[in-house]
Amino acid sequence: MDISFSPEDLAFRDEVRAFFDQAYDADLQARLADKASFKEAVIDWQKRLYAQGWIAPNWPVEYGGTGWSSTQKYIFETERSSRGIRDVVPFGLQMVGPVIYAFGNDEQKERFLPRILSSDDWWCQGYSEPGAGSDLASLKTKAVLEGDEYVVNGAKIWTTYAQYADWIFCLVRSNSEGKKQEGISFLLIDMKSPGIKVNPIHTIDNHHSLNEVEFNDVRVPVANRIGEENKGWTYAKALLAHERTTIAGVADSKRAFDEVCRRAALEVNAGKRLIDDPLFRKRLSDIEIELMALEFTELRVLATVASGGAPGAESSLLKIKGTELQQAIQSLNMELAGYYQGVLDNNLSAEQLGHEFGSDARQSFMYGRAATVYGGSNEIQKNIIAKAVLGL
Amino acid sequence: MNFDFTEEQSMLRDSVARYVQDNYDFEARRAIAESTEGMSREHWQNFAELGWLSVPFAEEHGGFGGSTVDTMLVMEELGKGLVLEPYLATVVLFGGLLQRSGNSALQAEFIPKIIDGTCLGAFAYLERQSRFELNDVQSHATASGDGYSISGEKVLVFNGANADHLIVSARTAGEQFDQQGISLFLVPIDAEGVTVTSYGMMDGQRVANISFDKVAVPSTSLLGLEGEAMALIEAVVQHANVALASEAIGIMGQLNAKTLDYAKTRKQFGVTIGSFQALQHRMVDTFMAYEQSKSLLYRAVCELEDQADSAAATVHALMVMIDRSGKLIFSEAIQLHGGMGLTDELDIGHYAKRLMMINTTFGNGDFHQAAFNALRYA
Ligand SMILES: Cc1cc2nc3c(=O)[nH]c(=O)nc-3n(C[C@H](O)[C@H](O)[C@H](O)COP(=O)(O)OP(=O)(O)OC[C@H]3O[C@@H](n4cnc5c(N)ncnc54)[C@H](O)[C@@H]3O)c2cc1C
Repeated sequence: MDISFSPEDLAFRDEVRAFFDQAYDADLQARLADKASFKEAVIDWQKRLYAQGWIAPNWPVEYGGTGWSSTQKYIFETERSSRGIRDVVPFGLQMVGPVIYAFGNDEQKERFLPRILSSDDWWCQGYSEPGAGSDLASLKTKAVLEGDEYVVNGAKIWTTYAQYADWIFCLVRSNSEGKKQEGISFLLIDMKSPGIKVNPIHTIDNHHSLNEVEFNDVRVPVANRIGEENKGWTYAKALLAHERTTIAGVADSKRAFDEVCRRAALEVNAGKRLIDDPLFRKRLSDIEIELMALEFTELRVLATVASGGAPGAESSLLKIKGTELQQAIQSLNMELAGYYQGVLDNNLSAEQLGHEFGSDARQSFMYGRAATVYGGSNEIQKNIIAKAVLGL
Repeated sequence: MNFDFTEEQSMLRDSVARYVQDNYDFEARRAIAESTEGMSREHWQNFAELGWLSVPFAEEHGGFGGSTVDTMLVMEELGKGLVLEPYLATVVLFGGLLQRSGNSALQAEFIPKIIDGTCLGAFAYLERQSRFELNDVQSHATASGDGYSISGEKVLVFNGANADHLIVSARTAGEQFDQQGISLFLVPIDAEGVTVTSYGMMDGQRVANISFDKVAVPSTSLLGLEGEAMALIEAVVQHANVALASEAIGIMGQLNAKTLDYAKTRKQFGVTIGSFQALQHRMVDTFMAYEQSKSLLYRAVCELEDQADSAAATVHALMVMIDRSGKLIFSEAIQLHGGMGLTDELDIGHYAKRLMMINTTFGNGDFHQAAFNALRYA
């Protein structure tokens, strides 16, 4: 039991800090904050990480990973989030990339991995369907083999950033007989293929990140199938188990929590700062105590992984507690904003409005409702713990 | 003892319910929310013709002479339809202040216009520093000539964008937090020195920041006694809180019903999601939260009608419960709808947003809990 950093770790931390301070500059931040330049700015930022060799800390070194220890990864994460730097877009780097290097053939690895690392390709995830959410295996988007091409028909839904994507990785039904899980294949589909249509879905945060993606006789070369036909479910499941080790989002929550504390010292009621109000303090410490524990739960899971263990059902615990805390922090932000939480995006300055953060508090609160739904809803995660950990 | 409504009350409730059902579906509402005014004057005129705008006013001014129960019934039904027209701002707040002010000249002039739909009013009380404290008033009015000159700024004035007349709180004496020294004035929106900056809120309301630069008003525009307005404000806000809670009950009932309906039809794993016990217990919790909130609302309404000493504490208790139950109910409604719950196209998120605004209008749950504690455990 020891949590202190070695001199090497501290030197690494200085290196990371120096890089972030220089590379994550004000101009980039402004472009990221603007809807019009968002996509281009994300790619720009990821290319800076790529040039530094730090774009894929969790990949094996042979494919472009960093070879960092779990302590170094922890340091990197903490430094990133404490500066409010967004995590990389997960679909290429954290989802399909690992599937390709684990289950793809050499040709696929050569073709796709470099462009994922360099962010030249933007990926999106085509799993969910209108009728297949929590029960993903019941998916119906059909792929029929004709010669050396699959003909794909159906629709995917809730596809994040499909409007930006060059490629989509899909689970499709290639066999309708037998067990549902055993008739699914994993296809990589070019978003420019004829027959693909992307329809926007507007969400309660007043943004557009979700889409419906329609497939009408979309032709996909067999060469774009990962692994064997009808084995796609196995590959997708293996990915879930190795999904990012930062699933709890502790580092980001710590930063968000510090911001709540800063705001609580600014917000005044009846001449009294909210941070001095006993009721509000109780709300704060209820959250911080859970967060302190979760940080160590996450480190314990990381340590298991580092010593060769698989992150099994523990990742469900991280997901549930992590997202609950994210939402609790977002709720406190809303309490702080008071009625200003309701202010819509408009052209008024904070000075004209009389308040600084209402609108952004609401946006992250509203979008934040999704965190307990996506990535396997929290109810599904509890079912997993009940079954796999408690043996119920 | 009974919890039945009179025949007249049932008719009033049915009239609002029917109108909302026939004329205010979700798409119609969306169109109104997206229009420049964020309200429909045509609906407002219909409300007038149906008599709803007269509900709380005395018969001598052409009112219906209704009780707190009547306003509760109207607000609950308006809540179900997420009605955007400014009933709370114009009838409950602006009209309520006039009604209780004892200024018979202003009553005679304005109440009939509220009732016939030709006057839209707003209550401008909030300032950028005041958060939830009604007595945190820095805007001031000084005597000048045979009237007053008002200067200062009010923020987030509900219906401030569309109102033709405002009732403004301003200091005629005392310091920032003093209970004494606050006065109320009736100010036409087009008075010289009034500047309106309007903007939209997440619940579809259009509000305004309104600044007053040496706005001259005659002394006849003073409501009640100079410097003595706090009691009047508190009484009206108490009724406004009950009206908001009634609206919230309408919304929470809709959220629960719609979620239950979804749980009975949405299938995953070959069965309806409502068959999962983990979800059943949560829907039982939201059902109980709704029933408990409704009970406390009835209690508050009865105590207000009886002018019981305990009414002030009960209204705070009600607002605490509405805040907590509201959050539970809208969170579960979104969660149980899965991805659908996140879509703007579905009404669930819009009910949630209106509940969120209700729960900050005259203080959030923590504010009311502190107020309740101060009254009960002093
Ligand atoms: C913001 C956002 C982004 C997303 N991005 C993507 C993406 O990029 N790509 C993609 O493929 N998908 C994406 N999704 C989809 C997401 O994975 C699904 O929403 C999720 O799997 C839930 O499915 P559903 O929405 O159909 O809800 P349902 O499965 O219909 O669930 C409805 C409710 O029932 C509960 N429930 C279901 N089954 C059980 C059970 N057995 N026991 C107890 N409770 C149960 C759920 O927890 C939920 O509360 C995204 C979703 C959101 C909200």
